[in-house]
Amino acid sequence: MTADRRLTLHVNGITHSCEVEPRMTLADCLREKLDLTGTHLGCEHGVCGACTVIVDGAAVRSCLMFAVQARDSMITTVEGLAASDTLSDLQQAFHDHFALQCGFCTPGFLTTAEAFLSENPSPTRGEVQSAISGNICRCTGYVPIIDAIVDTAKRRLESGK
Amino acid sequence: MKPPKFDYFAPDSVERALALIAEHGDHARFLAGGQSLVPMMNFRVATPSALIDLNGIADLRGIRIDDEHRLHIGAMTRTREIEMDAQIARANPLLHAAVPNIAHMQIRNRGTIGGSLAHADPAAELPAIVLVCGAAIQIVGPGGRRSVGAMDFFEGIFETALRDGEIISEIVFPTWPAARSWAFDEISRREGDFAMVGIAAWFDLDASGKISASGLAAIGAGDTPLRLSSGEQILIGRSPGADVFARAAEAAATDLQPASDIHASAEYRREVGEVLVQRCLQTAWERSS
Amino acid sequence: MTIPTPYIGTSIKRLEDRRLLTGAGRYIDDVKLPDMAVMAIYRSPYAHARINGIDLAAAKAIPGVIDAFCAADIETDLPAIPLRLAPFDGFERFLQRPIARDKVRYVGEPVAVVIAPDRYTAEDALDLIEVDFEPMTAVTTVDQAAAGETLVHEDAGENMGTSYRVGRGDADRAFTEAPYTRRERFTTNRHSAVPMETRGLIAEFDPDRPLLRLHGATKVNFFNRRHLAAAFGLPEDAVELIETDVGGGFGARGELYPEDYLVPIASRRVQRPVKWIEDRRENLTATNHSRDIVCDLEVASTEDGRILAMRATVQGDMGAYIRTNGGVVASKAAQFLPGPYRVPSFSCEVQFLITNKTPVGTFRGPGRFEANFCRERMLDMVAADLKIDPAELRFRNLMEPAELPYRIGELVPGDVNATFDRGNYSSAFKRLLDQVGYADWKDRQGEIVNRRAYGLGIACFIESSAAGPPETARIIVSADGSIEIRTGASSVGQGTETGLAQICADYLETDINLIAVLHGSTTLVPTGGGTFHSRNTVMAGNAVRMAAETLRSQCIELAALRWNTDSAGLAYQNGAVHRRDDPGTKLSIAELAIFAESRDGEELASDAAFDNEGKLSYSYGAHAALVAIDVATGVIEVEKYVLTEEIGRALNPAMVQGQAVGGLVQGLGGTLLDHMVYDDDGQLLTGSFADYLLPTSTELPDITAIALEQSPSEFNPMGFKGAGEGGIVAVAAAVGNAVVHALKDHNVQINDLPITPDRLRAALRAAGA
Repeated sequence: MTADRRLTLHVNGITHSCEVEPRMTLADCLREKLDLTGTHLGCEHGVCGACTVIVDGAAVRSCLMFAVQARDSMITTVEGLAASDTLSDLQQAFHDHFALQCGFCTPGFLTTAEAFLSENPSPTRGEVQSAISGNICRCTGYVPIIDAIVDTAKRRLESGK
Repeated sequence: MKPPKFDYFAPDSVERALALIAEHGDHARFLAGGQSLVPMMNFRVATPSALIDLNGIADLRGIRIDDEHRLHIGAMTRTREIEMDAQIARANPLLHAAVPNIAHMQIRNRGTIGGSLAHADPAAELPAIVLVCGAAIQIVGPGGRRSVGAMDFFEGIFETALRDGEIISEIVFPTWPAARSWAFDEISRREGDFAMVGIAAWFDLDASGKISASGLAAIGAGDTPLRLSSGEQILIGRSPGADVFARAAEAAATDLQPASDIHASAEYRREVGEVLVQRCLQTAWERSS
Repeated sequence: MTIPTPYIGTSIKRLEDRRLLTGAGRYIDDVKLPDMAVMAIYRSPYAHARINGIDLAAAKAIPGVIDAFCAADIETDLPAIPLRLAPFDGFERFLQRPIARDKVRYVGEPVAVVIAPDRYTAEDALDLIEVDFEPMTAVTTVDQAAAGETLVHEDAGENMGTSYRVGRGDADRAFTEAPYTRRERFTTNRHSAVPMETRGLIAEFDPDRPLLRLHGATKVNFFNRRHLAAAFGLPEDAVELIETDVGGGFGARGELYPEDYLVPIASRRVQRPVKWIEDRRENLTATNHSRDIVCDLEVASTEDGRILAMRATVQGDMGAYIRTNGGVVASKAAQFLPGPYRVPSFSCEVQFLITNKTPVGTFRGPGRFEANFCRERMLDMVAADLKIDPAELRFRNLMEPAELPYRIGELVPGDVNATFDRGNYSSAFKRLLDQVGYADWKDRQGEIVNRRAYGLGIACFIESSAAGPPETARIIVSADGSIEIRTGASSVGQGTETGLAQICADYLETDINLIAVLHGSTTLVPTGGGTFHSRNTVMAGNAVRMAAETLRSQCIELAALRWNTDSAGLAYQNGAVHRRDDPGTKLSIAELAIFAESRDGEELASDAAFDNEGKLSYSYGAHAALVAIDVATGVIEVEKYVLTEEIGRALNPAMVQGQAVGGLVQGLGGTLLDHMVYDDDGQLLTGSFADYLLPTSTELPDITAIALEQSPSEFNPMGFKGAGEGGIVAVAAAVGNAVVHALKDHNVQINDLPITPDRLRAALRAAGA
């Protein structure tokens, strides 16, 4: 039973089928089996947040979940945040606020923020800071990331989205 | 940092989970939220031969309040569900206040209350809340069902009263008096880190305004979460006030058994533990008056 | 020639962002080649041990494992990893070979390599490697190293990598005569760059062709190519270093490390591409550490606080080997000790000590962060002793514009011409004081509000940029009008593509969206300098400017040929050449590219190299931190932070702001959190992100970062100075001073980093608080 098993995963609205060992983490499965390399591995012990994906609406560390545990779940990765050729409003806000430099942590911040805003559409700045406190960025000093998320929430409220 | 091989099972009932653990023996482990176990596996510090995944067992999840206003939380209820649950804010505000201190949102989205208690990290918040509230831990295993009081549950660093093949099914918190005064505070290096030291406190007043019952517990100050009974005793029968709180804190500090690590010395934990006891009692009192 | 510059000086949105925001970035672990295997490294679990035997049989026997090897299995003797910077005499005795042979000298040193189809299998194999280690006493402090009872490298006969004395004036005499002196010991904590993307490489090694292609390279690719070619006996043009998207550098990434040799060896052995991705546990022991300085500093001054001299001993804990960065950290700490102040006499002994820890290299602001902390803390102590306001003390000692440029003397051996360029240090400092409201704060130091003690700390800094070899750029115009910039400089995530495109767009007077920037790879341009010392905007930026200027002339010449006219009658404007007498008649650069193509397939392209001939630009400025300390718990909150930094000219103000804020927050980490802690056996106790603490989003002050453009660099026509490190260099100093002011009633001093609640409480306890 350590052997590979067939697995069906629902990622970004597409149903994928792959063979995985039970021990393969969801992060590795997304990256290696489905070639969704936007999900990054920064620490593989659940601290840095780079591998965050949205599983059934909740932001989770994909390095701390085995792919076999996600078989019935709806998964969203950074590749699924926007319709084909456009940036989502959140991605656009990151761009506008210079909220990324090297970009390695960025997918994890985007997925975390997206899941958080769906839960709390009108957060305070402090709530945003807490929500992303499990994501490490070494480049930006966080300030523009917080600005981008706060700005997105404000725009969404104004536009009634 | 990839985990070693293991067999994987995802039972949909407690009975099936118990049968699987019996079948797969000593090196099989239950998998709850996985937020402590999986990192240890990725570091290859934990090398279970099989994982019995409890995430698919619906019976182990849920929050309810019974007719006697006791709060029941299924072992596989996620920490984030506890945080977001409006009824818990009333049914046990101390628990509700402590939960946001647990790691970060992503961890709380997966981590479970039962997993945290079974893991029994002495710096974790939930064990101390369960302890200070005098909750009962419902256990199911090969010998059937049993209930263990929180005072008897935590036996050492990462050691509990759970025996081979047993799982926690539910945690039952006693009725929370509406007038109870309470507070939680912890000091960590960064928000979301394990506490260097943390304190949970509550007290009730009798009709004359004297403290009739109290609870004080500490995290990060011993091999298990600690009940600080020396401090509790000082409070009983006395009127709340800064002097009493200071004396209680001084007494409570004698119950702390801290060790040193790279984040804080034992001396720091003892000293700041005392400070936090005093502050928690003061905060509790101010909030309710 | 007046060039309109709508892009330079404007906060143009970054060209890099779209791919990075959508998950389409291509970092090294995202690169997959056909038939690619992966490798994993068995690393020493001991800090100091003899290797009596290595048994790889069980590891090789795991199904799927392709190969495993250790030093004994490598046919050719590998050269030592070379020194790139600060290569002082004596260091040659302490260079690292890519894989341990007889002895290991730090936890994390490579001992054996496994090659497998995937990382899971490779790690299974690592578990089965048997090494017979004979543990030895570990050397874990500079004092222990200096005592020399245990030798890390027996052949060297000592643990002193090298030592030297530098200075100017007559410090000893000044100390003898000075009315006031003070001596203090300061330590800065070992910590590191820790970029979010760990290192990683893919090698494709075909010895028959011959070709060694190494993906995942960055920073100093041309230097690295030269040494890798030599190591493997290849001509330089048979070695290609390919740069992908890079997840942060901060000094540590892109130097030659053991893995830069081991991955090619693995590929050569199995004759297929081999990938190695450093995991985080490896990263914390395998990638260079930094800082880790002990500094005994003395200052002599007049009674009114005018500095007469400084004397110091700087000891750098170098770890087990001297790697590519040589003596940069300690030597720069010594060089920058006097800082922007008038210090007539200075004398400094610098010692580089070898210990059983991870080797040390550069981390953003190497030596500057350390020197700044020691000096600025000391100045506050002097101010307190002499009862002079700390800001006033600094004004009395900051060099004035009339004293600049100032030759600082040979404060690093061989660096005889180092000269602070023009500037106005007092002005940048005054701007800081005004911004932070210093006049209001100076009488409120130590004020208690809600049981927290408040203190405001200030510190001045000076910081060099743009050292090193020339930088190259090539601009190519295509028939469709698209423009490609190729440069030997690397991008480590700081926005290099955007910045260079801004310069190019202005100098070619075109739409920036036509421009693509390719960087770093050795296949792009014949040579290049690389990316370090905040040099990209200065060096690559000016190379792009020069290439664009050349291209304008080429366009005019081409148009003259096309129109069969004299080029003197033509002008270049708005991406096209027109006749001066008939501005309506134009040839766009796209049309000129087509014309060039029609002439024997010529490319419309220009090359340039910018050389500043070693004339460095110095950024300078000041930091202020407002802290609130919970006296009973020792918890420190930095509430507010202001910094000013003179950078000559801002290419992209938003990106400059990003460098300042990002650097500052890294600095807060280095001041309050980041710490590589070793036990007496040389075991790293902070080997995970649960224990090695980096700043997160909940520990931020209210930040104001002000870039000043009052004093353009005279050493490049665009006036740029480096802006990458001014945000970090004075953080420990400002925060340390703020903490001391907050706790002034308890006379707590901060001489050691990091400043933690535990350490603060220990100091307060000792003071009876």
